[in-house]
Amino acid sequence: MTVDHRAQHLESLRSVLSTLVYPIQIAVDLPIQAGNWLAEYFSSRHRLIAENARLRENQFLLDTRLEKLADLEAENRRLRSLLDSSAKVGERVLVAELLSVDMDPYSRRIVLNKGSRDGVEVGQSLIDSNGVMGQVVHVAPFSSNALLITDPGHALPVQNHRSGLRSLAVGTGPVNQLELAHLPNNADVRIGDVLVTSGLGGRFPAGYPVGRIVGIERNRGRPFATVTVQPSARLERNREVLLVWPSQLTEESDTLPAYVEDAE
Amino acid sequence: MSAVRSGYTAIVLSFVVALMLTALPMPAWAALWRPAWVALVLIYWCMAAPTYTGVVMGWTLGLFLDVLAGTLLGQHALALAIVAFVAHRFHRQVRVFPIWQQGVSVFGLVFLYQALILWITGIQGMPILAAAYWSSPLVSMLLWPWVFIVLRDVRRRYRVA
Repeated sequence: MTVDHRAQHLESLRSVLSTLVYPIQIAVDLPIQAGNWLAEYFSSRHRLIAENARLRENQFLLDTRLEKLADLEAENRRLRSLLDSSAKVGERVLVAELLSVDMDPYSRRIVLNKGSRDGVEVGQSLIDSNGVMGQVVHVAPFSSNALLITDPGHALPVQNHRSGLRSLAVGTGPVNQLELAHLPNNADVRIGDVLVTSGLGGRFPAGYPVGRIVGIERNRGRPFATVTVQPSARLERNREVLLVWPSQLTEESDTLPAYVEDAE
Repeated sequence: MSAVRSGYTAIVLSFVVALMLTALPMPAWAALWRPAWVALVLIYWCMAAPTYTGVVMGWTLGLFLDVLAGTLLGQHALALAIVAFVAHRFHRQVRVFPIWQQGVSVFGLVFLYQALILWITGIQGMPILAAAYWSSPLVSMLLWPWVFIVLRDVRRRYRVA
């Protein structure tokens, strides 16, 4: 049976069982969500005003940047058309919430409250405001399971932002650590280098931040250097995440708002 | 007939609670110390109500646990079916033990359960900590008296078996 599962024959059975299990997950999640809600409800007026002011300021900042981004994107498109290169891909996104449920302690997985009913598909990537989080591996009608990039069974094609060097970021198991696989000892990496997705695997859209290099160990006796990376996404502290559909050519992405039209 | 039905209701509800406790979020350091709730409840019912529960119940429950934990389908099912078989096989002997001695046999059973799961996890190439072999069985053993008392009250209230 275990072998059978590798061939994905049991996906439909898992989907049915997931639907049956979903009420249990909701029941576990509910008190925690209620607690959060109460804490928010009773937080003092003063704090809310302060937070509001901060958010307003932030919004203003982001708005100005967005204007600039729109300009840049228009310019980018113009230059690309000049170069006659492939069309820019637009991405559809959807906001999903994590359910606070614990799963197998040996792998890094999370449960989302959006499923095939909302159009979620296996293989979609998951990002937050800071970077890439993981990808969807199982989908049920009302919920879906996602694998985080730190799972020991997960590898992610990345590119060094400074040197352009491509490599694979492999999960190691601990919460906040990735490793770059098969980098030779003389590879051009430095501590503090920023890694972004390269988009080569076809799963993840290109250009999203993945993490920063925090440690390099070059062993002379070994063919490869050990490079540790700290993910930039806040993997264990997020409640809302963005689901990105795998990049596809969208014709109507002429205006910037098309970018976020599907965000709830 | 209705007694049988209310018995099954009580058993199924206790399993639902066990599944909820399994999914309850805990801080990362406590992840390895989580008692095997479902296995504990299954062992109790196999011992106290062997006509109601058995290998099939364990296997079905394991499938639910697999989906809940996102592991390979069949991993927990196999482990729980074997635990249910062993518990069922020895229920006459263990039932008359004093409670601490039952705890020791529970340690053995949960260890077996944990070892099976860790082997399957290991075969898939996931790194596992050696501490995981004994941490969960240990906590399960220490919790057994309370689980036993609570479930015994449930059993008497609903007159299961």
